Amino acid sequence: MQWKTLGSLLGVLWLAACQPASDKLVITGSSTISPLMAELAEQFEAQSGIQVDVQSGGSGRGISDARQGLADFGMVSRALKTDEQDLTAHLIGRDGIAMIVNSANPVTALSDSQIVAIYTGEQENWSTLGGSDAAITVVHKADGRSTQELFLKHFGLNNDQVQPDMVIGENQQGIKAVASDVNAIGYVSIGSAIYEADAGAPLRLLPLSGVPATLKGVDQGHYPLSRELNLVSQGELSEAARELLDFITDPARAETYHDYYFLPVSR
Amino acid sequence: MITISSRFPADSLLTWLLRLTGAAAVLVLGGIIAVLLIQSAPFLVEHGSALWRNDWQPGQARYGMAAMIAGSMVVSVLALVIAGPLAVLLAAWLRYFAPLIRRPVLVLVELMAGIPSVVYGLWGMLVLVPWINQWAPPGASWLAASLVLALMILPLALLVTDTALGQLPARYLQAGQALSLSRVGMLRRVLLPQAGPAIVSGLVLQFGRALGETMAVLMVAGNVVQWPTSLFDPVRTLTANIALEMAYATGDHRVALFASGLLLLLVTSVLLMLSWRLRGGRHEMA
Repeated sequence: MQWKTLGSLLGVLWLAACQPASDKLVITGSSTISPLMAELAEQFEAQSGIQVDVQSGGSGRGISDARQGLADFGMVSRALKTDEQDLTAHLIGRDGIAMIVNSANPVTALSDSQIVAIYTGEQENWSTLGGSDAAITVVHKADGRSTQELFLKHFGLNNDQVQPDMVIGENQQGIKAVASDVNAIGYVSIGSAIYEADAGAPLRLLPLSGVPATLKGVDQGHYPLSRELNLVSQGELSEAARELLDFITDPARAETYHDYYFLPVSR
Repeated sequence: MITISSRFPADSLLTWLLRLTGAAAVLVLGGIIAVLLIQSAPFLVEHGSALWRNDWQPGQARYGMAAMIAGSMVVSVLALVIAGPLAVLLAAWLRYFAPLIRRPVLVLVELMAGIPSVVYGLWGMLVLVPWINQWAPPGASWLAASLVLALMILPLALLVTDTALGQLPARYLQAGQALSLSRVGMLRRVLLPQAGPAIVSGLVLQFGRALGETMAVLMVAGNVVQWPTSLFDPVRTLTANIALEMAYATGDHRVALFASGLLLLLVTSVLLMLSWRLRGGRHEMA
């Protein structure tokens, strides 16, 4: 009797596991894109009834999941590299990277060469940069993050040249570190920096090569340190996937992008 | 060995269930070890000798883990040095000098043991790190990580010590009183040495826990890969390294992280065996 119940239970589970998940989309990848994607997915679900599962885990995961077919789309917050050309990139928007300091720090601008000097440890005190006589806390990102790659590439640095005082993972951690340390300098996604500064965090976004760190600057292409936000896929898109892509690149979604301080791709 | 009578079907069902769950536990552990071994084997063959070097630059295929192994060890050792004596003294004091408040304090301590580690990390990040930063920037450091870990392992270390003292035969206490030994003398000469192996084995387990802690350490240690030379320098532990980079790692980099997981598993296994050995020794004595 008990065995029969157990047997039928196992049978049901087996059948459930065999069900093809046809009306469900899986999107994984960049922690920069995932909050925006979660919101867009919710709107899409309400409209189409197709279930969308959004998971964060970094651009690297987005690439590998899309390759292995674990996800319909991978979220990748940079352009595809040369060894990733087997995937198709769908540009959905843009984002920039902002250099941030604490708002109590008197320094309001740094040149590219000064930033390089700070990050390579040649410049260890704020006094020679127009600040108070205090040691600079250099906040750097961990290996493999697309923010870090873009930062290093822009300033022509190798990761082993950088002399950090603190290495962080998520944007939020970097913002907390700079907000709680008057002498810290860091770099995070421009969207999250503007969002937190508007919400009252003691942050200042530094202009880069004289261009103020604003979303407008990113949109118009003036701002030097910006990046693509991509959805990547392998092979033919399913009908549901195509529908989702059309939905999130529709100009009517622009408002949602702005809520998350990103720029939709202009059509 | 328990012999099983086959007269009761319920008993044999239970026996089989027990065997099944036992086997499942062994299988899961075996599976973890197998996955770690298989994943990291090719890497160990190719880069094994370079693991003991100092520079961790996965972007340039340099996978030296020595600084992070040192980081893991020193952070946990300091945490144990802070929390261990405190836990033993506090437990002894509560049991023999302040029995009235022992219960309420233990309840409080049990509550402390149940706080998720990430909460300790958050406290460390928002309170402890800025505080250390005021006199020794950058604040996120070996010291900060060890203090947070000490706070985390203190509750269980205290509870284990309390239990170890509680398991001592009452006749030790009575004999000591009959000899009119002072309470301090009795504690120092009789009770603590007798409970010693159990206490130390509990502390070794807590050391293993400190070694394996990830999130709280990640939030306060600063995570710079370098040899720990000063208490106020940032360090990166092996666990923090895995958590920071796993989601973003591909190829050899990813496999290197698996290898560091294997390394951690080996260290904790050694600690676990040490803890068994210590407790086994006590049983033989009794």
